[in-house]
Amino acid sequence: MRVCVSATANSLDAPVDPRFGRCPYFIIVDLETMRFEAVPNMASGAMGGAGIQAAQIVASKGVKVVITGNVGPNAFQALSAAGIKIVTGAYGTVREAIEKYKRGELREISSPTVGGHFGMGMGRGRGLRRWW
Amino acid sequence: MIVSIASGKGGTGKTSIAVNIAVSLGRDVQLLDCDVEEPNAHLLIHPKIIREEQIYSLVPSINENLCDHCGKCAKFCSYNAIFVTPKEVLVFKELCHGCGGCILVCPKGAITEGKHKIGKLSLGYANGIEIVYGELEVGEPMATPLIREIKRHINKSKNVILDAPPGASCPMIETVKNSDFCILVTEPTPFGLHDLKVAVQVLEDMKIPLGVVVNRAGIGDKKVYEYCRKKDIPILLEIPYQRRIAELYSRGIPFSLEMPDWREKFKTLFNEVKVLANK
Repeated sequence: MRVCVSATANSLDAPVDPRFGRCPYFIIVDLETMRFEAVPNMASGAMGGAGIQAAQIVASKGVKVVITGNVGPNAFQALSAAGIKIVTGAYGTVREAIEKYKRGELREISSPTVGGHFGMGMGRGRGLRRWW
Repeated sequence: MIVSIASGKGGTGKTSIAVNIAVSLGRDVQLLDCDVEEPNAHLLIHPKIIREEQIYSLVPSINENLCDHCGKCAKFCSYNAIFVTPKEVLVFKELCHGCGGCILVCPKGAITEGKHKIGKLSLGYANGIEIVYGELEVGEPMATPLIREIKRHINKSKNVILDAPPGASCPMIETVKNSDFCILVTEPTPFGLHDLKVAVQVLEDMKIPLGVVVNRAGIGDKKVYEYCRKKDIPILLEIPYQRRIAELYSRGIPFSLEMPDWREKFKTLFNEVKVLANK
């Protein structure tokens, strides 16, 4: 089964990036063989709909589970429509996150964990300016 | 002539000044309130509304019977508004910019134009002033299509005043675009100056001639004046921080209606803007 982990760089020892839609890389791993493919995330620079574009990239790679830190409302809706399970709260390296997932330590979510555009501004929601 | 009134900082007095100019000119005036998220010019003008229109934007409507989920529409969409799975197509209406491109690229003709209500437009009159304003649907993220719709009512044979929304991003830019002159309203405080500088930068990039009106003159400090002098920006009018003006405003009355000296000042302001715009 293929899973996807959002990452800051292109290897299994890269730190997990807690943002799904705007992470620099998707590490797509075959759970049985641990062979992986590092896919650069073309959605990371999108003005809007990054989560949707990211979901489209990941769905096209035959991924069944996404392992990440947070997922916003659009990504959640798109991944769910594609039948892809979403597991959040991941941290450490990609390799460590996969081990935690295999041991059942990470939880599958049933609703988005953050609001829209949370991944802008270094993932602390500070890149989006609102005047209220 | 088309004059827009913007600011940068919110609450500086754009609407108050736009309305007072309109009321002072008195005839052949169109006041277009382009702050579609919070229109309030009509609260000072009290127009008789003669027409209301529901305004829609175009969103794609997918016929799942014809669709084979090839994904070409999703690939085409620059706004990521379409997501295709082997079983269904999701349209994210709030992201759609209504370009219609998905309809063109679909090889099966499975996409048609659907309507998405974005807001309401109202048109009315008050004492020779024609007013047009829009109210964006609550939760609707894009103001610009509704602002564009309001501006379609521009009658170039009249003096057109566009009351812009606060800020310096898309809604303000859409409003001031193609105006002959922009009046920036500010207050002489650090917040006022900071946001004024941002608005000035936008107008310089757009090559729109500008001038400043200082509202609540007397409070704060002198830095706005120093800035305008340094940048050679004309200060067209100062409105003092006066209780009577604030009182009338708080009762929904344009102050030049009850303080007639100001009618001449606003007329003079408008004529000076005409001269500067023609330079």
